[in-house]
Amino acid sequence: MFSDYDFDVIQRSAGYLFRDGMTFTLTLTGLAMMGGIFFGTLLAMMRLSPFKALALLAGSYVNLMRSMPLVLVIFWFFFLVPYIGAWIIGAKDPVKVGSFMSCLITFVMFEAAYYCEIMRAGIQSIPRGQVWAGYALGLNYSQTMGRIVLPQAFRNMIPVLLTQTIILFQDTSLVYVISATDFLGAASKVANRDYRLVEMYTFVALVYFIMSYGLSTLVKNLQQRIAIHR
Amino acid sequence: MNYNWNWGIFLAAEPGGTGTYLKYLVVGLGWTLVTALAAWVIALAIGSVVGTLRTTPMPWVVRLGNAYVEIFRNVPLIVQMFLWFFVMPELLPKALGDWVKQVPPPWGSYIPAVLCLGLYTSVRVAEQVKAGINSLSRGQGMAGTALGLTLGQTYRFVLLPMAFRIVLPPLTSEFMNVIKNSSVALTIGLLELTGRARAMQEFSFKVFEAFAAATVIYLLTNLVVVFAMRALERKVRVPGMISASSSAGAH
Repeated sequence: MFSDYDFDVIQRSAGYLFRDGMTFTLTLTGLAMMGGIFFGTLLAMMRLSPFKALALLAGSYVNLMRSMPLVLVIFWFFFLVPYIGAWIIGAKDPVKVGSFMSCLITFVMFEAAYYCEIMRAGIQSIPRGQVWAGYALGLNYSQTMGRIVLPQAFRNMIPVLLTQTIILFQDTSLVYVISATDFLGAASKVANRDYRLVEMYTFVALVYFIMSYGLSTLVKNLQQRIAIHR
Repeated sequence: MNYNWNWGIFLAAEPGGTGTYLKYLVVGLGWTLVTALAAWVIALAIGSVVGTLRTTPMPWVVRLGNAYVEIFRNVPLIVQMFLWFFVMPELLPKALGDWVKQVPPPWGSYIPAVLCLGLYTSVRVAEQVKAGINSLSRGQGMAGTALGLTLGQTYRFVLLPMAFRIVLPPLTSEFMNVIKNSSVALTIGLLELTGRARAMQEFSFKVFEAFAAATVIYLLTNLVVVFAMRALERKVRVPGMISASSSAGAH
């Protein structure tokens, strides 16, 4: 099966694949992770807040995002973001938004829902007595959250957050549906130009496998190292 | 927002001549469900076997099962779709490969989509089944052995009947994931719900109406699945156990 396998096409296009494609994928993954964890934590705090309206709002958002396929969410934001942009700056016509920006907004908004559920579990894993102790010491809500609850919640949830990030890394390949040039997009452009689909797609699969497997092994080791033994 | 809403579009005829846009989307939901259900059958069958094998005391079987899980878990779904659709026919013997490429639409993309989704989901099912079996106390397996049951009998009569009832809630969320993940099949040309919403947007330029309709249909489908599975869970729940709720995570 490797008799007419053209290894040269991979070598020829490696620069384009990694410099353009993989950079897009990794930048998108990194920024979406940071944005997603930030907004996810806010959403989690809203979901757990005693104000029913806030909790309901955050809960509906999370459930809405979690019941939609990512592909549909990518389409939504791809068409919606130009209109929202126009609405914010008061322009008459939809503004032009680059494909990277559109993807970034999509993934931050989408992953926030998933990170929210992780952070909610993390916050709920902290014994309630610690919150009371914080209030008893005279700390207010943001001090209790910021200095006592969240640092421990993050620490407990680091392995889960990172596992979700590996899923996010794999999910970014779906930006193919709006023809963005991520790693898969770049490979598919080369594949269709040179008619080398077998070589390019097996190579893409191999690269994704090595990176995801390596990362998940790292997370597993980290998990064993930072686990708190009680 | 400067956008001309036209909800009447759903009653307009779609250019393919099969009826209204509304019908077009509903048929899309049908394809989504048919794809997801067929993939779910494959996933349950393979996933249960692999998950069970990974808990046996045979090291090389466990290692083989782990390898299977790692391979399908660490490659993105869309890349696996492309492997099944573009790469697989090229690797088959020439005559068979040519035949596969000539399967008429929609089956030409339906079959690879089902195989791909089925195997992709099977590793998630395998993980759940394994976790379910491991959550039983070790004494149960030992009791089986002490009663003189063989390993196979212990699994058949003691461990699996309990484990499957325990993993039902997490399997529900995996089933919803299959429904959602089937939308990735649009990249290999299967016109399921998301694919049809996208096509409707291209034909009619009514972007937000099309996607809003698809969103509502997905939400309703989710609701139906959740309610049906809750009823099933109540029925098969192990008495005296706090039913394990599904955890947050993957999609």
